[in-house]
Amino acid sequence: MANGAHPAEKREYPELATANDHPLLPLVARQLRFDINGCQIIRNISFWIGSSGRTVILGPNGAGKTVLLRLCHGLIHPTDGELRWGDLSVAEARAQQAMVPQRPVLLRRSVAGNVQHVLGVKRVPRKQRQDLVAAALEQAGLTSLASRPARTLSGGQQQRLAIARACVLRPAVLLLDEPTTNLDPGAVREVEEMIRAVGAAGTKILMTTHDIAQARRLASDVMFLNDRRLLEHASAAEFFSSPKDEVAARFLDGELLD
Amino acid sequence: MNPGVNEFSSAIGAAISMIVTLDPGLVEIVLLSLRISLSAVIIASIVALPLGALIALQPFPGRRGVVVLLNALMGLPPVVVGLMVYLLLSRAGPLGPMGLLFTPTAMIIAQSIIVFPIIAALSRQTIADLHEEYDEHLRSIGCTPMQSVLTLLRDGRYRLLTGIMAGFGRAIAEVGAVLIVGGNILHSTRVMTTTIALETSKGNLALALGLGLILVVLALSVNGTALVISDAAQRRYG
Amino acid sequence: MVTTAAVTGESPSITIASTTSTENSGLFAYLLPLFTAETGIGVRVVAVGTGQAIRLAASGDADVLFVHHPPSEHKFVADGFGLARHAVMHNDFVLVGPSEDPAGVMGMTDVAAALLRISGAEYVFASRGDDSGTHKKELALWEAAAIDPRPASGTWYRETGSGMGATLNTASGMDAYALTDRATWTRFGNKGNLEILVEGDARLHNPYGVIVVNPDRHPHVHAAQAKGFVDWLMSERGQKKIAAYRVDGRQLFFPDALPDTAGER
Repeated sequence: MANGAHPAEKREYPELATANDHPLLPLVARQLRFDINGCQIIRNISFWIGSSGRTVILGPNGAGKTVLLRLCHGLIHPTDGELRWGDLSVAEARAQQAMVPQRPVLLRRSVAGNVQHVLGVKRVPRKQRQDLVAAALEQAGLTSLASRPARTLSGGQQQRLAIARACVLRPAVLLLDEPTTNLDPGAVREVEEMIRAVGAAGTKILMTTHDIAQARRLASDVMFLNDRRLLEHASAAEFFSSPKDEVAARFLDGELLD
Repeated sequence: MNPGVNEFSSAIGAAISMIVTLDPGLVEIVLLSLRISLSAVIIASIVALPLGALIALQPFPGRRGVVVLLNALMGLPPVVVGLMVYLLLSRAGPLGPMGLLFTPTAMIIAQSIIVFPIIAALSRQTIADLHEEYDEHLRSIGCTPMQSVLTLLRDGRYRLLTGIMAGFGRAIAEVGAVLIVGGNILHSTRVMTTTIALETSKGNLALALGLGLILVVLALSVNGTALVISDAAQRRYG
Repeated sequence: MVTTAAVTGESPSITIASTTSTENSGLFAYLLPLFTAETGIGVRVVAVGTGQAIRLAASGDADVLFVHHPPSEHKFVADGFGLARHAVMHNDFVLVGPSEDPAGVMGMTDVAAALLRISGAEYVFASRGDDSGTHKKELALWEAAAIDPRPASGTWYRETGSGMGATLNTASGMDAYALTDRATWTRFGNKGNLEILVEGDARLHNPYGVIVVNPDRHPHVHAAQAKGFVDWLMSERGQKKIAAYRVDGRQLFFPDALPDTAGER
């Protein structure tokens, strides 16, 4: 059945509400391809993301989720095909996005210092920085740890710091790659709460995960990837109750896909 | 009695008495040694730190060869540098008219050259390692190249400082080059290492050894401090 | 300080190219402050081997040459590098060796014959091997004994390629025979088992000469101050000061320009 030949012009998923005023949406991909050394890492993916809800890219490890996310953020460039955020190219759109990679890089500074660094890079006037930092740390629940060296934080705290740092200037889109891998359940809960809060404040969430339960908890719509292809894109309700793609169905059943 | 042991205990006695009485001769050569080596390190760092960062961050054709060369130059024999600087500064040489031979300036020049590859190579390594780690994050948040460099220099400051102190340790212990270009002139270009060489050549072994002990303590203190700093920074910032 | 003044070249200060033996004897540390106090001219001494000192002066890196090998000094002046050679002082060389004296040269008055005995039995001899005045004197003495020790270099004949003090250190450590100027020997602090075995041979005479570097050759040379130094050295005052230098009560240098010592030459 579906193997990535989704036409990207039409709105395929009327059940997903469209964000009309979002500066970067819809995110449209057409025949996206990414090769390295002759190896196809992303095979001919097309999709259309228009809703302002939390889009989750779900799939087993090795499916190509991380690569797809990095293509969307512009850290790597497609070998072929098109990718646009609303009216903007990927390069133009990056300034209004923030990404939290699977292992966030924390600078060798304090917790507050990490947030301040971003503000400095984005040339935010000095007077405003202190308040922004304080607000970001509060959102992450890290206010008491403001002067601790960032790299001495626990895994969950580091993740929350990375998200807070990413969101300090209210980006239009937040991309997260497997944000809770290796975290204990308490930390997972805290991080997911942060993601919900950020999304509720108006930021579009695009995240990857291999954790079906997490996808169930967080997704408004799901893009199912397997073996470097996009197999299905549906609202969460639709996807989890009756997936159209049989590979997706097997995945949801707990089968190990090869 | 074993002459070696006797020498050693007189050496410690000589060293202590010189330090306690703040022997003016000792103070003079220690201050000159410090002045020359510190100047050399500062001058070398001003060029080596940015150059190391540049090599680390800016790809260019032949970069690998340059990196190998830089690392190899760390092993440049100081006495050879001394000889080359001597030929440069001698009146018979190209820079002769400047009259710099047998002055502390000549010694600073020679030591700067010796120390430069050490600082440049270590700075390149530090920046390259940090760049590999930070690059994606810095690109993601939209750093300009200048902002990137400043971020890397700032976050690498302790490792860079350790590299600089390694250079200082090399400079203060050096004797071949400064002897050739400085001439070991009393009250002028005589430093700790050349004094040790001179006193040894006069057969005043206890005195030479005493000075040597002081030099060892000085060098160990510098290296020890560098170690403590980098250790503390490592534990604190990771 | 003298240093910075020397670099600017404005205040009077001169550089002397001299030998390690003269430096190690301590003469300069004693004599030069007296000169500076009287004239206000600062003096910096670069002490290397005679050969190197001559090269330094020839390149114009020094204002005065003060060494102890007359043939080289005369050539220096003849080639136009120096103004004139002044015989300023002399002392003598001595042959030192282990107190057991396996070669049995103690007390001999013929130094060439002593060298013959040492080389004949191949007892260890430490040579300067550095083209210095002492080295050239040593080679001249071997020649007088009709021996060339150099093919044996590395076996019993050890060429250290170093200054007098370093060579004596080596000789002391190896219990070797060596030729040294008396002044360095008297001041030397690591004699070990060595003592003077042969002295007094006329061929062991060690004359020192002082020469102003020719300003026509090297205009930057501080000729006026250099001449001032030589004049002071050769003056009665300077000569008396040289004679007055004592180590362990011994006079180490004998002035050559004092009227009553002129005959000793």
